[in-house]
Amino acid sequence: MSTIALPNEAEGVVGAPMSYWRTVAWRLSQDRATLVAGSLLLLVVLLTVLAPWISPYDPNSGSVRLRLAPVGSPSHVLGTDEQGRDMLSRLLWGGRMTLLAGLTPVVIAFVLGTMLGVIAGYAGGITNTLVMRTMDIFYAFPAVLLAIAISGALGPGLPNTLISLSIVFIPRVVRVAESATVQVKGLEYLAAARASGAGLWQILRHHLLANVLGPVLVFATTQVSLSIILAAGLSFLGLGVTPPAAEWGLMLNTLRQSIYVNAVVPALPGLAIFVTSMAFNLVSDGLRDAMEIRA
Amino acid sequence: MWQYVGRRLVLAIPTLLGASIIVFAMVHLAPGDPIAAVLPVDASKEQVEAIKKAYGFDRPLPVQYFKWLGRVVTGDLGKSIATRRAVILDVRDSLANSLVLAISSSLLAFGAGIALGLLAAFWRGRWLDKLASAVAVVGVSVPHYWAGIILIIIFSVQLNWLPAMGAASDGGIASYLRHMTLPTIALALIPLGVIARVVRSAALDILAQEFVLALRAKGLARRRVLTHVVKNAAPQIITVLGLQFGFQLGGSVLVEAVFSWPGTGYLLNLAIFQRDIPVLQGVILVLATFFVLLNLLVDVLQTLIDPRIARH
Repeated sequence: MSTIALPNEAEGVVGAPMSYWRTVAWRLSQDRATLVAGSLLLLVVLLTVLAPWISPYDPNSGSVRLRLAPVGSPSHVLGTDEQGRDMLSRLLWGGRMTLLAGLTPVVIAFVLGTMLGVIAGYAGGITNTLVMRTMDIFYAFPAVLLAIAISGALGPGLPNTLISLSIVFIPRVVRVAESATVQVKGLEYLAAARASGAGLWQILRHHLLANVLGPVLVFATTQVSLSIILAAGLSFLGLGVTPPAAEWGLMLNTLRQSIYVNAVVPALPGLAIFVTSMAFNLVSDGLRDAMEIRA
Repeated sequence: MWQYVGRRLVLAIPTLLGASIIVFAMVHLAPGDPIAAVLPVDASKEQVEAIKKAYGFDRPLPVQYFKWLGRVVTGDLGKSIATRRAVILDVRDSLANSLVLAISSSLLAFGAGIALGLLAAFWRGRWLDKLASAVAVVGVSVPHYWAGIILIIIFSVQLNWLPAMGAASDGGIASYLRHMTLPTIALALIPLGVIARVVRSAALDILAQEFVLALRAKGLARRRVLTHVVKNAAPQIITVLGLQFGFQLGGSVLVEAVFSWPGTGYLLNLAIFQRDIPVLQGVILVLATFFVLLNLLVDVLQTLIDPRIARH
């Protein structure tokens, strides 16, 4: 980021420096890759949210005569699946489910993980040791394995997917929140706040959270893409969303048998996962650069 | 140095114990009675109690845990509910297949990732650098199970070059290699992206240091500068390689499911759908132990390369 000239520097005007958030917004506006990815993401979210109103067919009813129609069929733009259901409608509806299953665990982990991490970091001592060593245990498992193991033990279904993915992401968020808290805690302004009689709640809210939330938020956004891939992956294995509901991973799984009949249609749900996850990655990269957070 | 290694070994024990508690708890996470799978449908109350007693489920949980742990450390992972075979045998066979896949895909990803990352750093901002960035983003974003299906569509269905399923253990080494190719590529995608990214940024950090400038100023050939950069970036790169190798072993469940590769992931998948909890536990415990030991090995290797780390 060192090569970017801020507007007031560029114009050679000595004025009031821009506020942090204005600087971040300005940097984002100059970052073409992030803008394109962000617009794509917005489009995906909008399309899936609007699915009930814009999808041309009922996603769960098909006709046996129209199985695996190719992409570009007159009445089915993206073809039909192995049960003759309209692919476009199922992709729109499926995206709702995939985004819900992928985003919710990160949000849960963000809230609970930040709380745990800030408490552990601020309290220090035995509380810190207890919380952090417990979190370390979860690092004994690769993420994919942990998610599949917990889901496998709990059984299929959306709620169990959310539980198992939250367990995967909470320890990661706790680590980031704890280390950010410990860093801020050592700074002088906190000692000053304490000396001037600020209460515990005030210190936590105004002085700690304000500085810890940024890095944790950016970290959480980097995890969304993984969470989406895992959520769809669980459904792909038959551990997530249960049929006949539409979900990208589940669609990929049921269409897998049909690749010898039609090679393009079965690839579509995976393409949707890929594009969405890449857009999330690019946006979180851009956000991290713009906020100058190294993670 | 050895003191540090010893300390790291001791620290791994509580982690492993914690992991074993999580694995043990999985029986009780499962909905329904843990013995439901072995009971006849019309079992009488006395039969249920007898079987509970035989499996030790009538004891308090901590007692159950320590008895289980005592068996596990001697290598007894119990019997599969579905096949009645000792779990350790199933896990051993599948682990060999998974290791093969993990090693082949790691070699591919490490070689290509390191080369790509270094080239990108040396030609910063040029097309090679942009290619490396693109590969890195695709690698970390692509659902590898989907990549596996795409590979099958292209190389098995359309071109008919390579087999799509299984490991063909009876068809000789050539057949085994042919079956290995597609899963290896699918599994290599994620670490390829991660490694290219890490190597690029590590190399850039070192290229920006003054000693590199000095080396260049005294007229050292580009190739020789490269060796200095690689040497200095090695500890950071080795950490990532070790972690990625562990992920390959534990993360291959989805790819193994796509290619019906008879590894630990496939076994795990089978166990989940047969509700075969002893096998589920066995696979996860073995893989977690492997992962923890691998992390330990990485730490030790790092200190061997860079003794400064042990002093911290």
